[in-house]
Amino acid sequence: MAKKVALLQGNQACAAGAIYAGAKFFAGYPITPSTEVAEELSNELPKVGGSFIQMEDEIAAMAAVIGGSLTGAKSITATSGPGVSLKQELIGYACIAEVPCVIINVMRGGPSTGMPTGPGQSDVMQAMWGTHGDHAAIALVPSTVQEIFTETVRAFNLAEKYRMPVQVLFDEIVGHMRERIEFPEPGELEVIDRAAPTVGPAEYKPYDATKGQVPPLAAFGSGYKFHVTGLNKAADGFPTTKAEYVDAEERRQINKVKDNADDIVKFEEYLTEDAEVVIWAYGSTARSARYAVNELRKEGVKVGLFRPLTIWPFPEKRTFELAKQCKAIVVAEMNLGQMVLEVERVAKGNCVVVHEGRVDGEPINPGQIAAKVKEVL
Amino acid sequence: MSQRYEIRFSGAGGQGLITAGIILAEAASIIEGKSAVQSQSYGPEARGGASKSEVIISDGPIDYPKATIVDACLAMTQEAANKYATGIKDGGLLLLDDDFVKDTPTGNFKVYRLPIMRMAKEDVGREIVANVVALGAVVGMTGVVSREAAEEAVLRKVPEAFKDLNKKAFNLGFEKGKGLAN
Repeated sequence: MAKKVALLQGNQACAAGAIYAGAKFFAGYPITPSTEVAEELSNELPKVGGSFIQMEDEIAAMAAVIGGSLTGAKSITATSGPGVSLKQELIGYACIAEVPCVIINVMRGGPSTGMPTGPGQSDVMQAMWGTHGDHAAIALVPSTVQEIFTETVRAFNLAEKYRMPVQVLFDEIVGHMRERIEFPEPGELEVIDRAAPTVGPAEYKPYDATKGQVPPLAAFGSGYKFHVTGLNKAADGFPTTKAEYVDAEERRQINKVKDNADDIVKFEEYLTEDAEVVIWAYGSTARSARYAVNELRKEGVKVGLFRPLTIWPFPEKRTFELAKQCKAIVVAEMNLGQMVLEVERVAKGNCVVVHEGRVDGEPINPGQIAAKVKEVL
Repeated sequence: MSQRYEIRFSGAGGQGLITAGIILAEAASIIEGKSAVQSQSYGPEARGGASKSEVIISDGPIDYPKATIVDACLAMTQEAANKYATGIKDGGLLLLDDDFVKDTPTGNFKVYRLPIMRMAKEDVGREIVANVVALGAVVGMTGVVSREAAEEAVLRKVPEAFKDLNKKAFNLGFEKGKGLAN
């Protein structure tokens, strides 16, 4: 049977992906350019027995998402940069309390309210360092409507598997443009549910590291009773200041991502094999970059594209290899220099690293990228 | 590399030109199985002022989702013509609403005129279908998708009670558009 297809906005595909992944709860506060995600889920969640709630603000919405997830419901919120700023305290809470959830950030410019209707890619560092304290982060950056669907599913999978918040960031261009999408059949994409406790309620400890790097999370309402806090805690979930507990917990929470980077990091390459210059770009900018690669190849320029789908954890290994292979990396992004800092760090001086940015609300066009490539050749 | 074809619909916010763009993209991508990307101007300027919707159609994957060099452009108002009848390729097509665009943009492209709003009001009977008349004219003029695919995409989009009205609007636009280009 032919697959179901539709012409959808990126934001609508995000909502469809959430439903496919088994989302049962959305709490949010509408904000341009992400509102269609909420709009669509307000229609679709009730049809699958889920709930949608519009909260009084972004902070309360994030708190509701954490609460929803603790009952066992796969939970999601969608917002834009200003909303993500407000949610930071609770994102940190979800990190330390290890609560799976998905946060969609349809990026506009900034800081503050910035330009609500223009695209931006200036929240990519915030996705890692927005909340205070040492913590791990996972952030995904799709660049097509189809990919927004699949990466939203993957975000839920990673959140459930690693028991932590996962952010999906895409810019207004991909969020609002319409493209053809093929809906995967049920079972075609992997859907991961969080691990269930292996012991009964009496013995259950929510942060028991002897049960693995990611201890199983019980659902409230299923007979398991446990304590959840933003304080450093021992295996039973109650606050502690004992040095050995605090240190071990902090390290476990960072290492569960670090040790599994190969499972989480995803990227795509285009004509990088013989490339003298590699364009490093993500989201809608990667689409401009691919166009630029095709144009430059016609002129005989040996140029390729590295396109991360995961930016946190940072795709260090492959970026380092490419830095050793090529003369220069051009990092193109709609900000004034964010991911380029990581690329520079990882390249370790093995090649020239330059930045091509734009923050006027217009997309980075292929000509702009091509000109930069020629400059460094 | 595969051939891109870029179409821009522009006019006043509320004239339904974004819908026209969506219908064209559906005709190309869902019905004809090509690649298509539709995007639109977004924000305060889209309400009341000049608004635009762009559709890129290709046999292969579409990388850059915005217009690079426009093959065919429609402008329904003078403001839209001034703002958006730009970046049209040499030998490209520009279709203007004859009653509302008095100053003709200049360039190395072919300019055609049709009284689109008037056709919708007087010949079809409802001004509200001007966007579908315009879509028909653009499809007739460019041949970028088949007549059948575009008509089917229009009919999929409208409620049962308005199917005949929209069919009439589309076909009137198509015939006039086809007549212009030949």
